[in-house]
Amino acid sequence: MFNDSLKQLSERLVNREISSVELTTEFLRRIGKLNPQYNAFITVDEEKSLTQARDADQKIAAGEIGPLTGIPIAQKDIFCAKDWLTTCGSKMLSNFVSPYDADVIERFNQAGAINIGKTNMDEFAMGSSNETSYFGPVRNPWDAAAVPGGSSGGSACAVAARMAPAATGTDTGGSIRQPAALCGISGIKPTYGVVSRYGMIAFASSLDQGGPMAKSAEDLALMLNVMTGFDERDSTSLQREKEDYGRDLNKPLSGLRIGLPREYFAKGMSSDVEKAIEQALDEYRRLGAETVEVALPNSPLSIPVYYVLAPAEASSNLSRFDGVRYGYRAQTFQDLAEMYRNTRAEGFGAEVKRRILIGTYVLSHGYYDAYYIKAQKLRRLIAQDFKEAFKQCDVIMGPTTPAVAFDLGEKSSDPIQMYLSDIYTSATNLAGLPGMSIPVGFGDKMRPVGLHIIGDYFSEARMLNIAHQYQLITDWHQRAPDL
Amino acid sequence: MTLSINDVKQVAHLAYIKVSEEEAEAALSQLSGIFKLIESMQAVDTSHVEPMSHAQDLVQRLREDKITESDKSDLCQSIAPQVENGLYLVPKVIE
Repeated sequence: MFNDSLKQLSERLVNREISSVELTTEFLRRIGKLNPQYNAFITVDEEKSLTQARDADQKIAAGEIGPLTGIPIAQKDIFCAKDWLTTCGSKMLSNFVSPYDADVIERFNQAGAINIGKTNMDEFAMGSSNETSYFGPVRNPWDAAAVPGGSSGGSACAVAARMAPAATGTDTGGSIRQPAALCGISGIKPTYGVVSRYGMIAFASSLDQGGPMAKSAEDLALMLNVMTGFDERDSTSLQREKEDYGRDLNKPLSGLRIGLPREYFAKGMSSDVEKAIEQALDEYRRLGAETVEVALPNSPLSIPVYYVLAPAEASSNLSRFDGVRYGYRAQTFQDLAEMYRNTRAEGFGAEVKRRILIGTYVLSHGYYDAYYIKAQKLRRLIAQDFKEAFKQCDVIMGPTTPAVAFDLGEKSSDPIQMYLSDIYTSATNLAGLPGMSIPVGFGDKMRPVGLHIIGDYFSEARMLNIAHQYQLITDWHQRAPDL
Repeated sequence: MTLSINDVKQVAHLAYIKVSEEEAEAALSQLSGIFKLIESMQAVDTSHVEPMSHAQDLVQRLREDKITESDKSDLCQSIAPQVENGLYLVPKVIE
């Protein structure tokens, strides 16, 4: 049952093989057993989850059942959920019980899904290993010595370790795709503006985008159907027709043109990752796709550009944490300014402070043009590269990460090495394009490898189709660590 | 461009984050490395490129000027560090 797809779980609920209360209890038990070692969840609240499950069972009895009714979903602790502790992985919010629901949480509640717990994450989503969490690191279920990736590492771990059938994540520079790759699961960051940011604690608002993490592309489609939609409370939410992301899953791939950016295959990728990626591309050729070389000449600049723009936006967004209205407040201070300074010094961790300092610097007088505006100009060139590439191909593929999961502690003292683990993913956030990762095998030390699929704007249904067709002829997505 | 310890302290001051001498030293070496990486941007000529501030070319939506939220001040203040008579308490600002 823990390996069931969302569709299979829903069938069991509809057929009364199992109730939502029983299903929720099973997953809570598994979390109770595994979480002490893997630390995927910051908050688990059995009573709240079971209350939702009892409501879901009533809906099911009344015949009001949607695809996710009664199914437990893990929620990244960046999404505000009413009456739930919502920490964003930070001491600053370690006492923050949200007075309201994020749009995403509302949508899952309306769909009758069960919130099975709030997952661990890098502090304020700033990190690629989950080691910056105030609540301690998450471990990779394939190898407890390895990181799960980040920032949505708790969600990735929860799905990979089968502590939840599916989870939510957010992705500012790779935070859904990188942990999905390192934990051997599937994850998609939709086109910017498709998922509402209302109640999703802000990091870099022009890049942040929520999305689902699950075992398969088929499950991702069901999750996206629930998570997406116009929300007037988010000024960047897009007004579009509601779409069924699963509508194209079964289309054949013959004639598909896959673009392979020469910059992604040139250097930097480790040989074990390259081998798994090449094998996956061979499978795609067998499915009728052809591969063409494309160029993304400005993509090597995506990391420097990202590390100007994201910290700039973060330094502005995080100015709201001052110890006045909610969250942590320092105990000792002489005056108001010192209360701010001490609260922020004590409430934020080292990586968050580092990024606030970078952001404050690049936005300060005299440096604004040289850094911030320069980075915005390069952002346009990076986006234009993709536009040119998509004239020659339908979809772009490459590795999600340059190497498999690294060990805990291996990069935590070297921020630049940590930043480079998002080298293939951050360009899609800068352009606002959808990107996903699916498992395509194992590399060194039997740690998972992810294939990165980048689509044109609003091509999520096509990307899920492309991933699903691969998952029909392979079983990497069904592999689970023996826990 | 080279950062100095005073730059770090000045930025921390602007960002309202207290840093000790030790923390400023540690931040200086890390930030210098990060800015070295960021400097690589300068190699590309962008003189004829328009800055891109956002992924979508959106026009800001407008709405009617009417109240849409109900009064939730009690709820919001229930999680504040210190409140009194509906006001958030902070250290005295004016003597």
